[in-house]
Formats: sequence, structure tokens, C-alpha cells
Amino acid sequence: MISLENISKIFHKGKENELSALKNISLKIDKGEFVTLVGANGSGKTTLLNIIGGAEKPSSGSVRINGEDITRIPEHKRSKWIARVFQNPNNGTAPDLTILDNFRLAALRTRRKSLKIGADKVFKREVISRIAGLGMGLENKINQSMGNLSGGQRQALTLLMSVMDNTDILLLDEPTAALDPKSARVVLNLADTFNKEMGITVILITHSLKDAQQYGGRLIQLQEGKIARDINTESKLQLSLADISEWFG
Amino acid sequence: MSQFYLAALQLSLCLGPMAMGIYITMKVFNIPDITTDGSYTLGAAVAATLLMHHWSPLAVLPVCMLAGAIAGICTALVHTKLKIDALLAGILVMTGLYSINLIILGRSNIPLINLPVLFNAFTFFENELYNQLFIAVLIVGILSFLLRYLLRTDFGIAMRAAGNNPMMTRSLGVNNDVIKIIGLAIANALTALSGFLVSQYQGFTDINMGIGIVITGLGSVLIADSLRAWMNITNIGLQIAMVLVGSFLFQMVLAFTLAMGVDPNFLKLFTALFVLLIVALPRAGRILKRA
Ligand SMILES: Nc1ncnc2c1ncn2[C@@H]1O[C@H](COP(=O)(O)OP(=O)(O)O)[C@@H](O)[C@H]1O
Ligand SMILES: [Mg+2]
Repeated sequence: MISLENISKIFHKGKENELSALKNISLKIDKGEFVTLVGANGSGKTTLLNIIGGAEKPSSGSVRINGEDITRIPEHKRSKWIARVFQNPNNGTAPDLTILDNFRLAALRTRRKSLKIGADKVFKREVISRIAGLGMGLENKINQSMGNLSGGQRQALTLLMSVMDNTDILLLDEPTAALDPKSARVVLNLADTFNKEMGITVILITHSLKDAQQYGGRLIQLQEGKIARDINTESKLQLSLADISEWFG
Repeated sequence: MSQFYLAALQLSLCLGPMAMGIYITMKVFNIPDITTDGSYTLGAAVAATLLMHHWSPLAVLPVCMLAGAIAGICTALVHTKLKIDALLAGILVMTGLYSINLIILGRSNIPLINLPVLFNAFTFFENELYNQLFIAVLIVGILSFLLRYLLRTDFGIAMRAAGNNPMMTRSLGVNNDVIKIIGLAIANALTALSGFLVSQYQGFTDINMGIGIVITGLGSVLIADSLRAWMNITNIGLQIAMVLVGSFLFQMVLAFTLAMGVDPNFLKLFTALFVLLIVALPRAGRILKRA
């Protein structure tokens, strides 16, 4: 489904501060996989996700989705397949818009934003029932500004928004880094559900080794822009938290 | 005295579309667009020329809005495609427009006496003043309704979100550049319409009529913003209404100043100081509260 071939990313090429963030990475991820990506700060995790999502273009190499070369396709057009949740809960939602308007826009991720009023009664009911499923008590606040909510609430809603429209791939860049443990659990469990029940391919970056051990099948470790370890689901089940900690010695 | 209020009301209605345009660029998109000074005069210049060629005022209206839209698109293209700061892009287009306006007008001032006037195109009231006022209300009312509708559509949600969180809209399949281009086109079309309406109100078009007009629109939007925050308004229709109220209050203050016998030469200086006051007051209030 996702296939990266010989991806390199060099920042500030030719300048004194030239930096090789990704070095000739090749990687294939199948449909329905839940990949957890770990690695030290600056090892290139975010850059890798940005290259899949289209926020960054690789210096060399190609990105394919379902065999189609999308290396040169801009970010807003990749939203046809890809939804993203960012580390900062403020990045995934528009604070001055209501919860309902945020959901309406998310529901149109792969479609045209036309000149009709789409946030009608039917749509409202649909949003309310989905939000109620979170169990955070937000379902009667859909006409409030998104900016009034806590980071955890916003992040949970962002994740819920990401599946309002057809989603093949979900990219999660440390989605729980800024959250309290309880909200973090809600968010990761939701991602897990989307993966298991809807077959969505998930790539999760996390700093928490505990989450890395607990969530996802395949586990990949990046180190200085290269893949240091790529552990499949069966082998990962054998790994203990101590084993993973050891990688970061 | 009531004449005095009515004149201020009429002028504030004529300037209403421009204030709505500034609301779009400043509050919806978060872009400081000052193409305004140029596109305002552009609307008046195009209208004067067409009226001289015996066009009816009703036919002139869409054409001068189109001219304003093109000016806005120029600014947006310079900003999005050449990646030039929006403020600078606006100044460049505004400066260029001065020459274009002069070419369209052919001279620096065209009187519109003895030509048909938009505000007399229909007769609803015997009293000419009321009739003019009513037509102005009608035009501004229709535009407010359309703008309110637009901002509530799916496209309008994308517009509002693009100004609020561009990173999010990009990841939701919105082409932010296209949205900015359309937004600046609408804003400057509204501004050009204001130029036309004011030229109709005052009976002439002047090459310098747009100088500093952006401040008037800005002042109206800032007043509206204070009212919105004070009354805690989230409804889009009410927000647009507040912009029009802001435009009226602004004209009232200026009319008052003139009536008090302030030298008209000081009017621009006074306008600038007034806007400064609107911006500074809430801050001063906060500082005092802390002290
Ligand atoms: N836009 C950028 N410009 C310059 N350097 C960057 C940019 N983005 C990331 N980098 C650098 O690339 C390296 C990898 O960064 P990143 O992918 O964010 O790492 P991680 O997410 O694993 O912490 C870091 O050294 C970082 O400073
Ligand atoms: Mg990172």
C-alpha cells in the first residue's frame, strides 16, 4: 500500500548547516498494518511522516501509494488517502470555528467544498452520535468554539474527525505527547479501534516506550535517518518493555 | 440635525461593503490587505467612465465589482504565487492602480452631475432622501445576506478555517492559495462597489478619493470586533451586522468632528487618531486593570 524507495532528505543542501535527516530509506507497509515508529529526538521520524503526507518533498527517492507514484503530488491532494493528527492538539482543529463546523470540514476531506449548507440536521445528528461514543460528554457542545476545549478533548475530536471521510492511512505524530494519561488512552484506543474495525493503516510515532510496546503490530526504530530495527508483529509480541528500553541504552 | 444623521447613515451604508470586505480579509483570512485604497477608486473610476458612455447605473454595478475582483486577484497572485508578503503585495497593486485609475478617468476629477444616479434608479418613496437611503439599505442588505450565506456553506467553512488554521485545512484537502485568491477577489469587489456608491453619493469621482480609505474600513471592523467581544457574538450574521454598525458609528464620529468646526484638513489626522484610540483603548483598559 505505502512504498518508499531510496528516500533521502537533506535540509539546507549545499549550505554550511547541511543536514541529512533521512538516508536512503526503503520501506513497504501493507494495507491494514499498525506500525509504531520510535527513535531518539532528531532521528527523522517526523520528516518521514511528512514525506508520506506530502508536507515535505524528498531530496531523492519515490513515494508510492497503491502503486501510484505520488512523490510530486501536493499535500492537499494526498488527503484523498491520508488523514493526519499532529503532536500539538491545536494544529488539527480550527479554534474559532464550532465543533460542528470542524467536523463538517473533516467530513469533506476527500471531496469538494461546495456552495451549499452541508451542516444540516442529519449531519448534526451523525456528529452528535459519534462524539457521544467518546464518552467525554462533548456531544451537547457541538455549537461551541473548538478553542474552548482542553488539549485532550481537542485531540480526541481530531482523531474522530480523521475518519469522518474515507480514510486509508492515518498518520499520528506523537498525538499524545501533550495530553494527560487519561485522554492519551482514549486517543490511542480509538486509533486501535480504527485499525482493527475499519482496516485503516496506521503509522504512530511515539516517545512513550510503554505505548510502543502496547500499541501496534510492527515496530520500527529510526536512528540518525536510517532504519535501525524493523520488527514484525509476531516478534514484537515477544518483546518486553525492558528489551525496547535497551535499544535506547 | 436629523439631516446630519441621515447623511452620516447614507455615507456609512455606501462604505458598508468595503467594511465587509475588510472584515473578510482581516477577520476571516487574517491577511492585511491594503489593495483597498486602489480598488475603491478603481470602482469609482470605472463607474464614472461607463456612466459618461451612457451606461445605466444598474449595469455599471457588476462591472465595477468585477474590476475590483481583478485587482484583488492580482494582489492574491503576487502574494501566493510569488510568495511575497501580503502587505507588500497590496501596496504594489495599490500603487500600480493609481496610474490605471488615472488612465481610466483621463483626468483627476470627473463630476457626475446630469448623469443618472443609482439611488434614483427606482422610486419607493416620494421623499428623495428616504428613497436614496432605502436603495442603499437594499443593496447593503442583499450583500450582507449573500455574505452570511456564503460563510455558512461548506466552502465558507473552508474559508474561515483556512484563515484560522491553514495547517489543518491543507491536511483536509483545501487549497489555501485558491481560497485566498477567491477571498481577496470578493473583498476587493465589495470595496470597488463602495467606491462606486460613494461617488454616486457625492456626485463626482476623484483620483484621490481612495487615499487612506482602508483606515475607515479598518476602524469599522475594529469597532465591530469590540462589540462582538463585548456581547459575546458567535453568530456570523450578527457579526456582519456589527461591521455595518461599526461603519455607522465611525461616520457619526467623523461627522460630529466636522460639525464641531474642526478644519477639514485635519480630517485624515483625526481619522488616524480615532482608529488608534479604538485599538489602544482595550489595551489601556487591560493595563489599568493590572495596575
Ligand atoms: N524544516 C526543517 N529544516 C531544517 N532542518 C530540519 C527541518 N525539519 C527537521 N529538521 C532536522 O532534521 C532532523 C530530523 O528531524 P525530525 O524528523 O523532526 O526528527 P524526530 O521527529 O525524529 O525528532 C533533525 O535534526 C531536525 O533538526
Ligand atoms: Mg518529531
